[in-house]
Amino acid sequence: MQVIRERKVYDVCIVGSGAGGGMAAKVLTEAGAEVALLEAGTMWDTEKDSKMFVSPYDSPRRGGATPEKPFGEFDGCIGGWDIDGEPYTNAPGTTFDWFRARMLGGRTNHWGRISLRFGPDDFHRRSIDGLGDDWPIRYEDLKPYYDKLDRLVGIFGSIENLPNEPDGIFLPPPKPRCYELLVKQACDRLAITCIPSRLSILTRPLNGRHACHYCGECGRGCKIHANFSSPSVLLPPALGTGRLRIITNAMAREVTTEENGLATGISYVNTQDKREYHVRARIVVLAASACESARLLLNSKSSRFPNGLANASGTVGRYLTDSTGLTVRGYIPKMANTVPHNEDGVGGMHLYMPWWLDNKKLDFPRGYHIELGGGRRSVPTFGFMGNIERYNGVGGYGKALKNDYRKFWGSAVSFSGRGEMVANDDCYCEIDPRVVDKYGIPVLRFHWRWSDYEIKQAKHMQDTFREIIHELGGTPLEPMPSGDQFYGLLNGGRIIHEVGTTRMGDDSKTSVVNKNCQAHDVKNLFIADGGPFVSNADKNVTWTILALAMRTSEYIAQERNRLSI
Amino acid sequence: MKTISRRRALELFTSVPAAVAIVFTSFESEAAQAQAQTARRQAAARGTPFQPKFFTRREYATVTVLADLIIPRDERSGSASDAGVPEFMDFMMIDEPARQTAMRGGLAFMDHLCETRFDKPFIECADAERRQVLDDLAYPGKAAPALAHGAAFFCSFRDLTASGFWTSKMGIEDLQYLGNKAIADWKGCPSEALQHLGVKYEGD
Repeated sequence: MQVIRERKVYDVCIVGSGAGGGMAAKVLTEAGAEVALLEAGTMWDTEKDSKMFVSPYDSPRRGGATPEKPFGEFDGCIGGWDIDGEPYTNAPGTTFDWFRARMLGGRTNHWGRISLRFGPDDFHRRSIDGLGDDWPIRYEDLKPYYDKLDRLVGIFGSIENLPNEPDGIFLPPPKPRCYELLVKQACDRLAITCIPSRLSILTRPLNGRHACHYCGECGRGCKIHANFSSPSVLLPPALGTGRLRIITNAMAREVTTEENGLATGISYVNTQDKREYHVRARIVVLAASACESARLLLNSKSSRFPNGLANASGTVGRYLTDSTGLTVRGYIPKMANTVPHNEDGVGGMHLYMPWWLDNKKLDFPRGYHIELGGGRRSVPTFGFMGNIERYNGVGGYGKALKNDYRKFWGSAVSFSGRGEMVANDDCYCEIDPRVVDKYGIPVLRFHWRWSDYEIKQAKHMQDTFREIIHELGGTPLEPMPSGDQFYGLLNGGRIIHEVGTTRMGDDSKTSVVNKNCQAHDVKNLFIADGGPFVSNADKNVTWTILALAMRTSEYIAQERNRLSI
Repeated sequence: MKTISRRRALELFTSVPAAVAIVFTSFESEAAQAQAQTARRQAAARGTPFQPKFFTRREYATVTVLADLIIPRDERSGSASDAGVPEFMDFMMIDEPARQTAMRGGLAFMDHLCETRFDKPFIECADAERRQVLDDLAYPGKAAPALAHGAAFFCSFRDLTASGFWTSKMGIEDLQYLGNKAIADWKGCPSEALQHLGVKYEGD
């Protein structure tokens, strides 16, 4: 097939327009670089395309899921765990579910805006408990970037001075919802730390963006840009420099290299005309998501790089982790027959529980945080009050049932654990030797196994969440899952926090990139997504992806000025 | 998990063949629904009833009666059919073809039960006879094992009725849901709501 080659040589070609790619585009264009940004998905304009304020009855589906919108048709993210024509495989006996977004901004269109810094301990867990590996950088190395990020993007929270939950530069947090206060009372009695959540949603205007109007539907995409997404916050200033070219519908196939082993650009398939294109660049930044960037490297084989690019160590695709996760819901009688009021608030919880215990005193090595849901948050949509028999104990029909729906709606709370998994040798991705996607690009095959560390942690989550529900005077809506069911631990990939596949390190034999996220083997190749994480944490990963991408991009800009790359 | 096992149970049970699965893309189904809505408006203007796309005429009549038995009109709002639940269900059967067999089979199960008991299908039964059947199916904890398939069907039908009713304009107003709109500032919850739970804000 004839490859359509652009003559222009960009300073930088970035693959992926999400958190990492958006940040790289902003920093690098502002530093003077001419940047081409490739996005596999479509253009999406939140001001035009968001379903903000749409009522469920405006659609015949009432907000239900569709194949391309697994979180419901009003959700702002195009993508999912299954994408037509873009398969992945699982090694026999293992299950990993891989979520991908296919739109401008990538998965920054899908997340709870929970924006937690990793803490000092999270960068050197091996030194603490002997498991996994230490990062080649410390919290102090990243702190200035977290600070800049807070000022740039905006985040609300409260100063708490907790040892491993660093405070940021916070906007005021929204007052808790009434049932959140009830949960906090119970947590206080159980000595579980419960504090204002830390979400990248503006409670005050910032940098020309409006403050939140509290419709509670961040997940649909915010037409006034009051929450963070890459297209709302990072891409506009990059476009404003006049030095950014966004190429959508561009499915990257390969990082191209020249004789001396340096990257020369990216070849990609235009998903619309199905033709092959090539973008030339002096520097390549991969920010396609941890697994997608690993796939791209593994597919970039040449005689010089027979195992894939930047993979002399053989660690591309290894050390894959996701957050552990499970949810327990409870019916709280006190919350029945609530006083009608607008409980929407911001598009997420107003309180949460950071990890509060000492793992040295527990039978599992790493912690989790708890995300809080429930009440009458958000408009009723498809699936409303399913299995009413779990609330009223009987089911039924007629006027009594109709009254039960009114009585019980808003009477449930949910607790979702999001915990740290320890990287293990059985969790990784590689190229499937036989399967290709519809563009002819070889796909990933995943291997996955939870260890006892995660399974025991899941049991602790279950016991704790049920204890809180009992403390609230309630009853869990689901029975306790058995050990055979890993205590309800969701499949790997379900929490969409996968990292580690191109991990950083000082030793080029055991890591893919150095502490500046620069490939050991290819000095003009950088990675700006979750791939370089050495370990996950009991925190959501996006804030650290952003901070790391900012640090990496500033390093690139600085080295470029010195002409060292 | 629960619904899948129910669906499987119903699939095993039912001898009614599944309708031809028509899979719409979301765009096509929106267009189809827009057409259906227009058709319904025109039909209403002419005094002819909504023409279902999935349900047969008898099934549709059964669905309407059943949905209204589950959510009847009361002093606060109208019934399931007043809120358009049968039309919603017809759309969902086309939109999610995986539901079709369980729906068709479940309705057939109910008709078979009524034929056995009263020598006529559900739709021809008297109100007291219908309620006798529902009393046996609507309480899953008490349903006789021989009626387990019917009880499972009824639970999922009740869920779908609830989805259709409470997401309608009528249902949302009935629930007194007050959000999904812009407000100038979030001031927390009102004092009556706080008192109901016995909580208060720090400093209040």
